[in-house]
Amino acid sequence: MKTVKLIDLAKTIRSKNAGTDRITFDIIFREKGNYDLVRKSGALTKQSVATLYGIPESRIVDFVEFDPGLAIKFTINRLRPSGSYGEGDIFGCQQYPPLLDVEIRVK
Amino acid sequence: MKKDQIRIHCSNGHLGFAPTKEESFWIGAKTKPDYYACDSGSDDIGPVPLGADKCASHPEWQKHDLELMLIAAREQKVPMIIGSAGDTGSDSRVDMYIEFIREIAKKHKMEKFKLGYFYSEVDKEYIRKKMMAGETIEGLDGRTNLMIDELNKTTRIVAVAGVHPFIKCLEMGADVIIGGRSSDAAVFASAAIFEGMPENNSYYGGKILECASFAAEPYGAKETIIGTITKDDVKVTAMAPFQRCTIASVAGHAMYERTNPYFEYFAGGMLDMTNCVYEQYDEKTCRITKAEYVPIEGKVKVKLEGSGKVGERYLGMAGIRDPYTIKNIDKVIQWAKDQVEERFAGKEYHLSYRVFGKNGVMGDLEPIKETKSHELLVVVEGVAPTDAVAEEVTLIGTRQIFYARLPEVKGTAGTAAFILDEVIKVSPAYEWTLNHVVSVDDPMELFKINMVTVGE
Repeated sequence: MKTVKLIDLAKTIRSKNAGTDRITFDIIFREKGNYDLVRKSGALTKQSVATLYGIPESRIVDFVEFDPGLAIKFTINRLRPSGSYGEGDIFGCQQYPPLLDVEIRVK
Repeated sequence: MKKDQIRIHCSNGHLGFAPTKEESFWIGAKTKPDYYACDSGSDDIGPVPLGADKCASHPEWQKHDLELMLIAAREQKVPMIIGSAGDTGSDSRVDMYIEFIREIAKKHKMEKFKLGYFYSEVDKEYIRKKMMAGETIEGLDGRTNLMIDELNKTTRIVAVAGVHPFIKCLEMGADVIIGGRSSDAAVFASAAIFEGMPENNSYYGGKILECASFAAEPYGAKETIIGTITKDDVKVTAMAPFQRCTIASVAGHAMYERTNPYFEYFAGGMLDMTNCVYEQYDEKTCRITKAEYVPIEGKVKVKLEGSGKVGERYLGMAGIRDPYTIKNIDKVIQWAKDQVEERFAGKEYHLSYRVFGKNGVMGDLEPIKETKSHELLVVVEGVAPTDAVAEEVTLIGTRQIFYARLPEVKGTAGTAAFILDEVIKVSPAYEWTLNHVVSVDDPMELFKINMVTVGE
């Protein structure tokens, strides 16, 4: 069984604040084929993402496939609001890298 | 004189945060848009600027961007609209932008024009009264409804304006509008609604224009785009020679910084993008149709942002190269924490560590548990009610990394390398205390409008 890393299939993989209390993750594809491949692979689900980040599924407040943007998008709750003392990423923009190496099964 | 389309020029997604690129600004200006508009704020920058009532952007960049817009708008005699003045949209930031506008007008000997402005700050007592009267200040994004002690901890509150105060200023004949904290989309939607365009396309246009060239590709920040809003559609065009607005870039931007890509909430209603259709209209333009606007049932809800001071704050930094210490960094940190606790037991303070090279960026979200770096940077953050305690907490918490002794370490002269053997005073620590909505009978009750004449 062959696998390809998400980084080699997606055009954009990013994370960013969605307001003060949440971080949202976007995985955007250039080709519909790759979008469908990843969507149908089952490698990106609420459960797999929770496992990857070591968080309970309840922290993932939204997980959607966004056809017009050829994108998969999910959003997590921050434990504390952005910029609180002890926090390390005010903009929430460096939380995506673990997604880069997610293995996607290809036939 | 009803127009059948409104063209709005947006040159910067957060005016002043980084300077506007001038080439695409002027390419856009040459097409003679009907409005120049930008939002100048964001809650992205954390709670410090709002709490401490200061800017995150450099004043020279803010002036630079305002100057470009004012020159172009006054030359054409079309309105210029700014929302969320000075990053936070607090009252002092609105006043500061008004001063900037006066300075620029004087510098260029501009003819008289009408400057409308509004404040967004909300008095804590206004909220307290509502709560005492039994009203709920509803929490957003999973927050619980507001409690009195959260309100007490709050230093400053701003209400996020919808289209209402902007439309009011336009109705009063404003040539330039400086807004307090505003919903970024409202800055643009208000102009389109004022000109008679339907709400669905006006709000969608606002939504897509608010980050300027982030809706274009390839990536390039602070470049101008122009949105054309009609009764039937929205068209968005990149002005930078190297950029295009494509289906992918526009649809991709529609979901940027938002929990859900389909719904966006404003004071007074919701934009539903579920059935939006995106088409490539020409080389540099994407056309969007079928956005829907759903007005709220019942009272208008206005979003509140609040920031509360936690304490004075210092930072310390310690570098570590010894491999055994790196392996046992958690023990070293615990040792340093214990030294602080020994001295300050029972006193109020916060001490936190971020270990770069291990999980400094992601903290608990970091899936890589094994540290492979040959060196680490430990950043120590100490917060306390007084400056003196904050400094001492941070100093002990940093210096004791130097003294930490693990039995197997060969180097016994010191366990940390310092760039400087001192701690650094930084902005006090604040926390986002409010991310809530308040129900109002009249959406204008939170926003006070003024009108003055500027120029010669």
